[in-house]
Amino acid sequence: MNAPAPPVGLLAELTHRCPLGCPYCSNPLELEGREAEMSTEEWRRTFTEAAALGVMQVHLSGGEPAARRDLVDLVAHCAAAGLYTNLITSGIGLTAERIAALSAAGLDHVQLSIQDSDEESADRIAGYRGAAARKREVAAEVVRAGLPLTVNAVIHRANIGRAGALLEQAIAWGARRVEIAHAQYYGWARRNRAALMPSRAEAIRAIAEIEALKAAHAGTIVVDHVIPDYHATYPKACMGGWGRRLINVTPTGRVLPCHAAETIPGLDVWSVREHGLGEVWASSPAFVAFRGTDWMVEPCRSCSRKGVDFGGCRCQALALTGDARNADPVCHLSPFHGQVDAVVLAETGSVVPDYAYRSLRLKD
Amino acid sequence: MSDAPDPSSRPTLPRGVRLKHDALRGEWVLLAPERLLKLDTVAVEILQRCTGEATFDAVVDDLVRVFAAPRERIAADVGTMLSGLAAKRLLDWR
Ligand SMILES: C[S@@+](CC[C@H](N)C(=O)[O-])C[C@H]1O[C@@H](n2cnc3c(N)ncnc32)[C@H](O)[C@@H]1O
Ligand code: SF4
Ligand code: SF4
Repeated sequence: MNAPAPPVGLLAELTHRCPLGCPYCSNPLELEGREAEMSTEEWRRTFTEAAALGVMQVHLSGGEPAARRDLVDLVAHCAAAGLYTNLITSGIGLTAERIAALSAAGLDHVQLSIQDSDEESADRIAGYRGAAARKREVAAEVVRAGLPLTVNAVIHRANIGRAGALLEQAIAWGARRVEIAHAQYYGWARRNRAALMPSRAEAIRAIAEIEALKAAHAGTIVVDHVIPDYHATYPKACMGGWGRRLINVTPTGRVLPCHAAETIPGLDVWSVREHGLGEVWASSPAFVAFRGTDWMVEPCRSCSRKGVDFGGCRCQALALTGDARNADPVCHLSPFHGQVDAVVLAETGSVVPDYAYRSLRLKD
Repeated sequence: MSDAPDPSSRPTLPRGVRLKHDALRGEWVLLAPERLLKLDTVAVEILQRCTGEATFDAVVDDLVRVFAAPRERIAADVGTMLSGLAAKRLLDWR
């Protein structure tokens, strides 16, 4: 087989530790502990190899990346390697001094997540008192440091009525870009799906509200609106296609084609602790498994869109049809498409369960 | 066109938007928050001049020397491209 085209982006989950407990967190239920995390040296080597492989943008995420004491050091290393560095953070753990140090180290961009425009509700969602107030200060400090700010908000049942207010708040905080992302149901979000999923009517209303604001602010604020694919006709090209553009590295160095890939049983995942990143990209069984279109079954196999959306999300196909090779059931051509409606109906009942907050200690 | 740039304002790439030559693939790209745009040679020539020092007029004058084309056409093309980038917050006017 020909060598695959090189990747353009790398999502580095520096740690799974996080002071917040968002019930929608996309991290896996089985979180990797501190002792097993890669060292500063191991991450440095990973970033050096990534740059050599063709990666241009690095997203430092987690867990909470600010929980890593070597964050500034790692940013400096990425910048020296010519990588565009994007910090994806809850803001908790970032002081004004640390933000200034990150800026001086060459950080290119900060993406700050918020939970709600109503601070009490925001703190309840995050499971952390004072989180919202702290985030407001962090946003101001990021702007003061001259760093470009994106505010990200995940939309679900508890905040969907304030989607527009969330967007307005982000603008007031000085964001040049706002990301309004309807929750995707994997990791902790899958576990909390019944507590999180809004009704179809609520979703449609919020989508219209955001689209109207997006048009009103066109030219001054960039609004990236990630609409729930449960209500779509065709799936998205998940990750831009499996093993085509992006790499995800977990806190312990496991290299995944997408951050939910570990939900697919039997995938043989390699680690940067045992293999060079280039070798993993080219030949690790997990990357080869769904790369290109040869692995497809019907209806994707003979579909003209197979090189456009690559059959959508493997993890969603697995979760809703039992086989990761099937078309993403979000696609109206999928024989399992009815499953999607069934889930929306079943999960948007009038009794809303309590949150299972994200936590490192799973089995209390 | 109503969004034609002010000839005396100075186009600049804001922090978080970077022009980069990708040696591996032999092409130029514009790196920005969650975006990566491939650039053709004309776009590169234009963006390399958006330093915040030169005015729009000076950028156009300079490009007229590089590309043998009428000034009017170059001014229109450059204006359209820079306005488009500004609308996406990938370029600022000083
Ligand atoms: C897992 S977080 C890790 C970084 C950091 N702790 C934070 O929250 O920003 C990475 C990004 O994914 C977003 N996110 C988390 N769970 C999500 C979900 N279920 N659907 C969509 N986006 C999600 C977060 O808001 C954040 O922008
Ligand atoms: S989404 Fe919330 S719980 Fe998950 S890592 Fe980010 S801040 Fe922590
Ligand atoms: S059948 Fe498969 S390839 Fe065709 S549109 Fe649906 S998911 Fe995409």
